[in-house]
Amino acid sequence: MNLSIDDVKKVAKLARLRLSPEEEQEFLGQLGDILGYIEMLNEVDTENVEPMAHIADVVNVFRSDEAQPSIDREKTLLNAPKTDGTYFLVPQILDGAE
Amino acid sequence: MSEQQTAQQLISQLNNQELSSRELVQQCLDRITSVDDSVKAFLEVNSESALQQADAIDQKRSAGESVGPLTGIPIAIKDNICVEGWKTSCSSKMLENFTSVYDAHVIENLKSAGAVLIGRVNLDEFAMGSSCENSAFQKTANPWNTDCAPGGSSGGSAAAVAAGMVPLSIGSDTGGSIRQPAAFCGVVGMKPTYGRVSRYGLVAFASSLDQIGPFAKNVSDAALLLESLWGHDRRDSTSVDIPAPSLVNQIDQPLAGLKVGIVSEHYSDGLDDEVHQAIQSAKETYQAQGAEIHEVELPHAKYGVAAYYIIAPSEASSNLSRYDGIHYGHRASSEEKMSLEDLYERSRGEGFGPEVKRRIMLGAYALSSGYYDAYYLKALKVRRLIAEDYQKAFEKVDVILSPTSPSPAFKLGELVDDPLQMYLNDIYTIGANLAGIPGISIPAGLSSQGLPIGIQLLAPVYEEEKLLRAARMYEKEHEHSLAVPSL
Repeated sequence: MNLSIDDVKKVAKLARLRLSPEEEQEFLGQLGDILGYIEMLNEVDTENVEPMAHIADVVNVFRSDEAQPSIDREKTLLNAPKTDGTYFLVPQILDGAE
Repeated sequence: MSEQQTAQQLISQLNNQELSSRELVQQCLDRITSVDDSVKAFLEVNSESALQQADAIDQKRSAGESVGPLTGIPIAIKDNICVEGWKTSCSSKMLENFTSVYDAHVIENLKSAGAVLIGRVNLDEFAMGSSCENSAFQKTANPWNTDCAPGGSSGGSAAAVAAGMVPLSIGSDTGGSIRQPAAFCGVVGMKPTYGRVSRYGLVAFASSLDQIGPFAKNVSDAALLLESLWGHDRRDSTSVDIPAPSLVNQIDQPLAGLKVGIVSEHYSDGLDDEVHQAIQSAKETYQAQGAEIHEVELPHAKYGVAAYYIIAPSEASSNLSRYDGIHYGHRASSEEKMSLEDLYERSRGEGFGPEVKRRIMLGAYALSSGYYDAYYLKALKVRRLIAEDYQKAFEKVDVILSPTSPSPAFKLGELVDDPLQMYLNDIYTIGANLAGIPGISIPAGLSSQGLPIGIQLLAPVYEEEKLLRAARMYEKEHEHSLAVPSL
């Protein structure tokens, strides 16, 4: 499996993971090994085989659209990294007046 | 409590008022104090609340009120299952300070069954691993030899029961995370059929594979605990609404005309001799009880690990995208102004450990444009072939007997730098998750090194009763289950 350091950087970007240069190097080798092992799937003839996403018998689960109690604001914000007690606070994402 | 006592022995003492739940909880707390410094199974012990729960149950019992089937029995909870008001860390820095704001469905069930929730136990970060070494907080040791791994990811759950700290615990199994640590620690661990136990309140790893299940000292206790865990829950749309049979009542009834399947591909290179011998001896145990042994074929089983390590990381990379540093979990802090993208990338880069990053990367790669068909779709097709192999095999046999793991417990640190070798440890357990079928690991004695050996039984979907009765047939003839390590 030929994985390049650029592939590693690109996937880290897609996955929104900030990696150190050491981590990038380490993953380059390890992911290459794992993908190399996974290549064995190519031996299997899967012509006309339907993909199987899960084994559940259930297909669509319907229920009546009734309001149910849910988690209140206080609990919802309990684990917020930054909050003013009403909202989740995030860094400014649009340019403009402070 | 002596460390050998089963939950059902303790329940009968509680019901006969020979023992109070407070006394029992106190005995467990004392045992934790005396041995957990060397085992390190518990991330947190909630002594006060456990004693309060015990008192409430004792009061109900003396007032003649119903106290539920678990009637004051202490239980340990894998730290990826939400208990309202408790931390739920998933052994990750990402969730180090996360407090659950609701109970998982299984926790609601355990509370109404009268179990006493005693504390949360260690796991590989986000349940990803086979040794418990991927925990961000501590390394759990195997109670039989503290230089060895307890297995994983539910290593804390297995070690806590094996060391006699609690009679029961729960874990989760995505590729063998209940059965492999059960085998390494010499206890019983079971993965029910996918959909039998609600995943509501289980922190998601790979949603099409994850299933919660019991750990216990023997098969009968595992059956008792499973009766309290399972049942339909509308909040998990993959939860099945089918009748749950009574398990414990039937457990000692041997299955007449039982057909046990053996897979010849399982006994090739890489299988430890003593594990192989344990399987031979189990075959004889079944034959002596009138069971027939049949060879069955699972021609695609050898592709299980490869398919799994596409499917599980793909689902994980999607599930774990919720950890963005915004609503909960670790947020990177900085003096400088950060863009939103910087905030996401840095929070995730700082909060996740190496194995979690590796699997997110693997999943993101397999799902990325240009690779989706070659990897993800291919793996899903192979998954179907694997599931069909089991269906065909179960036309011939009732259960399949196999090793749980290729060897007894390996040393801590031995595989930590070689993720692929670590993944290959799951070779016998992964099939059950891909096919959704139930599986159980039961103790089969000790190796010459004094380490437990586990054997696995698998059954068709929804055949938990058959699986447990078949497991009990073996267990009754052997006293391995109640062996206790000296700590």
